[in-house]
Amino acid sequence: MNDYAHIGRSVLRREGRAKLTGAALFTDDLKIEGLLHGTTVRSRVPRGRIMGIHFEEGFPWEEFIIVTAQDIPGKNVVAHLIQEQPCLADGVINHAEEPILLLAHPDPERVQDARERVRVDVEPLPPVLSIEDSLRCDPVIWGEDNIFKTILITKGDPERARAKGHLQLEATYYTGAQEHVYIEPNAIIGEATPDGVLVRGSMQCPYYVHHALHELFQLPLDKVRAAQVETGGAFGGKEDYPSMLACHAALLSWKAGGRPVKIVYDREEDMACTTKRHPSRTRIRSAFAADGTLLSLDVEFLLDGGAYMTLSPVVLSRGALHASGPYRCPDLRIHARALATNTPPHGAFRGFGAPQSLFAIERHMDEAAHRLGLDPAELRRKNLLRTGDAMATGQIMRDEVDLIALMDRALAEIRYAEKRASYPVLNAGDEPVKRGVGFSVFMHGGGFTGSGETMLHSVAALEGTADGQVRVLAASTEMGQGANTVFTQVAAEALQAPLDLIVVATPDTGVVPNSGPTVASRTTQVVGKLIQDAALAMRKTLLDAGYLQDGDVAAAIRAYVAQHGTLRTESQYQKPDFVQWDDTTYRGDAYATYAWACYAADLRIDLVTYETQVADFVTVQEVGRVLNPTLAAGQIEGGVAQGIGWGLNEEVIWRQGSMANHQMSNYLIATAVDLPRIRVFFEERPYAYGPGGAKGIGELPMDGPAPALLNAVQHALQITPRQVPMTPEVLMDLVEGA
Amino acid sequence: MRGQPSLCEVLTPLNLAEALALLAAHPEARPLAGGTDLMVPFAAGRLPDRLFLNLWDLEELRGIVVTDGEVTLGALTLFREIAAHPLLQREFPNLVRSAMVTGALAIQSRGSLGGNIANGSPAADTPPSLLAYGAELELTSLRGSRWVPYADFHTGYKRSLLAPDELITRIRLSRMGEGGFHYFRKVGTRQAQAIAKVSLAAWARVADGRIQDLRLALGSVAPMPIRAKGTERILQGQAIRNLPLDAALAALQADISPIDDLRSSAAFRRKVAGNLLVDMLRGLAPT
Repeated sequence: MNDYAHIGRSVLRREGRAKLTGAALFTDDLKIEGLLHGTTVRSRVPRGRIMGIHFEEGFPWEEFIIVTAQDIPGKNVVAHLIQEQPCLADGVINHAEEPILLLAHPDPERVQDARERVRVDVEPLPPVLSIEDSLRCDPVIWGEDNIFKTILITKGDPERARAKGHLQLEATYYTGAQEHVYIEPNAIIGEATPDGVLVRGSMQCPYYVHHALHELFQLPLDKVRAAQVETGGAFGGKEDYPSMLACHAALLSWKAGGRPVKIVYDREEDMACTTKRHPSRTRIRSAFAADGTLLSLDVEFLLDGGAYMTLSPVVLSRGALHASGPYRCPDLRIHARALATNTPPHGAFRGFGAPQSLFAIERHMDEAAHRLGLDPAELRRKNLLRTGDAMATGQIMRDEVDLIALMDRALAEIRYAEKRASYPVLNAGDEPVKRGVGFSVFMHGGGFTGSGETMLHSVAALEGTADGQVRVLAASTEMGQGANTVFTQVAAEALQAPLDLIVVATPDTGVVPNSGPTVASRTTQVVGKLIQDAALAMRKTLLDAGYLQDGDVAAAIRAYVAQHGTLRTESQYQKPDFVQWDDTTYRGDAYATYAWACYAADLRIDLVTYETQVADFVTVQEVGRVLNPTLAAGQIEGGVAQGIGWGLNEEVIWRQGSMANHQMSNYLIATAVDLPRIRVFFEERPYAYGPGGAKGIGELPMDGPAPALLNAVQHALQITPRQVPMTPEVLMDLVEGA
Repeated sequence: MRGQPSLCEVLTPLNLAEALALLAAHPEARPLAGGTDLMVPFAAGRLPDRLFLNLWDLEELRGIVVTDGEVTLGALTLFREIAAHPLLQREFPNLVRSAMVTGALAIQSRGSLGGNIANGSPAADTPPSLLAYGAELELTSLRGSRWVPYADFHTGYKRSLLAPDELITRIRLSRMGEGGFHYFRKVGTRQAQAIAKVSLAAWARVADGRIQDLRLALGSVAPMPIRAKGTERILQGQAIRNLPLDAALAALQADISPIDDLRSSAAFRRKVAGNLLVDMLRGLAPT
């Protein structure tokens, strides 16, 4: 075997030892001279006008750094897609927990104490707290109609096709918000003077932070720097929110004359104030022929975006583009809107809109099968996309994947046919524990939607060092998912070098080029490809210069750098030639490629307690080539765990636009004993445009569990659940007919 | 963390006499055993107490003593020690199981039975088992010691018979031998590390086809852990082949007074409490 065949091997995590032994330093671990501790005074109401800010008399306020909107040197904005969300509320409050004022002090206890001694007088205004109120414009809180973004995808004539249906079905599905519960809450250290701004901390996307600081301070781009520190999980929750923290910490430091200021949220603040998965409401009107052929789909997809637009249009886009599922449908209409409400803005979360719309279509397919008297597998067999079929946007399915075979493999693994027949017999008995089996079939587009990747112009680079190492320079962050390791494998294999030669540089905007945000299942598929190309280019440079005769890459690099001073190769994203996309009509290739999967669940539902236990869970997925089997399986298992949580128990309870259960004792994520052994199977079909043939994998496993679970609930109990989380309370109401 | 350690003072006595003297002198001091209940609101900045009496070093409050008729547990007995005790496993399995579902292993290695009782949470895991086993508590102050039935101890939400200068020092269980019927079930939605939405513990003795003795207790369905005495009365002495199920369920609904809160709804708690009773009776009288 080739010693440098690193791809396809379960190479150990590059930073694994440091994390395991505690040597890895996270933001709150950093020891910094002269540090001030920052905190945030927030709104307690969802909507209102600020009438005054009062500081308790007799308290030594002169010891504190105090920042309000008036102290902002540039624009009072946390720049995302548009410049809309204020860094600090100025006059008006648009959501509960909105930041109003910042405090810093050398003593972390004093700053906590002081926070309670600031009183903000607010004249409340009527809030919008639901999708329904927002639709009714009751009242208008954003723009003219509360709509952040509308997307319309049409093909054929769904109304006319509907009329021909043997079965016409209409149903509405709901999904709740979801909190990321990354292990490390948000944490940032800022240092800011007119000479420059440096922000370090827990983040997914250093260049997003860089952009936000640039706008906030109106400083030249090269005076602003954002650097990632070891990050303890993110899942999308550190895509846009760290820009807010970074702006806050930097503002405090600015006012403190450049002293470093650290802001670390505790779990309660993090859960209550930062972004969550968008709640959704999806109404599907469908028509099927008697044999189960899907004739028409009309999907109305609504997202609760919260108080500011932030990333909602992009989340909406991905949701809309996945709304018709992996099915052929000649006539369809997908009408998607993201709406404003007076809750903290909802944001990125693994799956990014797709889990919401896929939940709806995958539940709907099971309901339709039930109504048609067909097995759900038979209904899907009739309608699953095949290579060469046209998808919702007219995209021709190029992936050489046999979805029916994928589905059949998952069904065989979970012994679907046998359980489908035997469980109803078993369930007819007196035993309170009922059994059910169900599944979902779905896909996840890899990389940015539509022309997003082209517009990003992502760049990654490799640099040879004087001592013969290779530094990977990319803005893509390691956040627990394994990016460091995969980048190392890809670079080392392309260079035909040992792994130890490769060092992945800290993502620091002062050092690394902009390889784009660490999101959208794009890090391996898109950035990994850039690294592979840069590594191939470096190898060619070394070969062409005559330094690689004996194959010793380290020696060659040392010699080259000694001779030429520097060795650096870069690669910039080039879209595959076939990709054509029109953002105005939503026609064309929505994603260059997709990962495909079928997930199947076997449940035990206890009608004494209405608790659902997942007894077995099978995942079969086609993700191109698997670069690192252990890391890939870890991604699937983790995503399934989050998906089971979202499907069953993770309920965000809203009170006046604020998360009331913002504690881990009251917001129940799955523990190890709540999860079955998650069985992971890969179908590997190398993708021509991914590094080593890989596709994106990170988000896919979030999409499938919820509909698979609820389809199994329908099988077990002969009820029609249409919302997640399906908590025991919800299930009790369905079972008892309340 | 929002608690402010620098504002707090912790008194650490080395023996019980010293502890009682300190408590008599500072009745406002909050007794602190394992800290597993207090540290949560402290970290959240919601614990008003500033003075604490650290009981951790009081060896007098440790240990499980078994005699022919009784088992006496020091108030500082840890959940982990309860879970590992062979005699408790045999004769008081509900207590063992409720200890094993209290928090995670770390909490079980620090949290104590006395602390669980004193904290007075209606959702605590061990109190229903203690109530079902007819436990008694020893309350001690400089004024002396007294034994009280645990069923009388809680008097309302976070209120109890404990005087400001008293500590819970021991918990006593009468040994009922083997062969009784034991039932414990905690409904926390999540299978571990959950706070109970409803829990039910029962102990019964069946003889000649009839329920001779029955104690039934519930958590999270009232302002405090409660005995379901109305339900017990309905079932007491009844033939297990012909139990008055509807009357028992009605009595249970009168015994409990659950509320809607962040963790569940009153309606769910009422329904599931009834389901647990049925489940328990199904175990007691298998068909």
